[in-house]
Amino acid sequence: MKHDVILRIGAKLILPFILLFAFYVQFHGDYGPGGGFQAGVMSAGMLILYSIVFGNDALNRVAPRAVVERFVPIGALLFATVGLAGPWAGKRYLDYTPLAHDVVHAREWGILLVEVGVFITVAATMTTIYYAFTERGQT
Amino acid sequence: MEAYILMALLALLAAITIAIVFQRSLFAVVILAGIYSFLMATVMIVLDAVDVAMTEASVGAGISTVVFLATLHLTRAREYPRPRSVMLPLFVSSVVAAVLVWGTFELPRFGAAETPIHQHIAPHYLKEAKRETGVPNVVTAVLADYRSFDTLGETTVIFTGGIGILVLLRGRRRKRGEDKDAVDPGVRDA
Repeated sequence: MKHDVILRIGAKLILPFILLFAFYVQFHGDYGPGGGFQAGVMSAGMLILYSIVFGNDALNRVAPRAVVERFVPIGALLFATVGLAGPWAGKRYLDYTPLAHDVVHAREWGILLVEVGVFITVAATMTTIYYAFTERGQT
Repeated sequence: MEAYILMALLALLAAITIAIVFQRSLFAVVILAGIYSFLMATVMIVLDAVDVAMTEASVGAGISTVVFLATLHLTRAREYPRPRSVMLPLFVSSVVAAVLVWGTFELPRFGAAETPIHQHIAPHYLKEAKRETGVPNVVTAVLADYRSFDTLGETTVIFTGGIGILVLLRGRRRKRGEDKDAVDPGVRDA
C-alpha cells in the first residue's frame, strides 16, 4: 500500500495523534478511563498501522523486531521489581508504602510505575505478535 | 431511551452473528467480526464501562482484525464446505444456549444494589480509594493497588502469550537448523 497517496498522507497525519492519545490514556489513567493495558494496545496499534501502510521494513527501522522482543519481559519484570520494594522494607510483597515517605504519595508512585510496566509488556507483546504473523509469510 | 439504544445495538449484534454464520468468505467474516467488536464497544459505553469499551475497540476490533487478516494471508481465505449433517452441531449449540439462558434466571436483576458483589468490599473502594491511594479513578486504584496481584498475574499472562506465539510461529525455522545439526554427525560417522 506504499503507493497510495491518500493512505500515506492520511496515515502520517493520524499516527502522531494515536501515539499522543495513547500517552494521554497512560498518564491520565489516574483521573480518566484507561491505563497501561489500553495505552499499550493503542501504541502497538500505531506501530501496526505504520507497518500496514509503509511496510515491515519501515517498522523495522522505527522499532526493530529484536528490540521489541526484548521489551516483552522488561515490563513484567518492572512490575515484579516494584513489588519487591515491600519485602525489602519488611512489608508484604506489592506493598507500595516504602516507595515514598508519605503513604498516599507512595501508593500513587506505585500505581504509576506498575502501569508503566503493564504498558511496556502489552505494547511489546502486541507488536511482537504482529511481527511473528507477518514475517512468517515472507520467508 | 438507554433501553432502546441497547435493544437496537443488540439486534444489530444478532444480525451480524447470523451473517457470520452464513458467510463463506473468511475475509468478510473477519471484517464482520471487527464490526461486531465495535458494536460491543458501543454497548459497553451505554453500560458506562468506558475502560472495557476502550479495550474491546482496540483489541477486539483493532489488533484481532489485523492478526486474523495476517492469518488469512498465511492460510486460505475460504471456509471448507459445510459438513453434510448440521443436526449434531445444531443440537449441541441449542443445548448450550438453553443451559446459559436457564442460568440467567438465577442471576440478580441488572444493577441491583443489594447483591453480594455490591456489598462486600466495593463500597470501601468507592468511598476510600481517593483518600487511601490519592488516585481519583477507582478502576485504576483497584487494578494497580488493591488488586495488584491480579494485575501482575494478567501481565504475566500477556507475557506468556507473547512468548507462546513466538515459539509457535518461529519454531519451524529453528527446527530445520536443528535437523541439519542432527544429520551432520551421522554423515561424519559414515
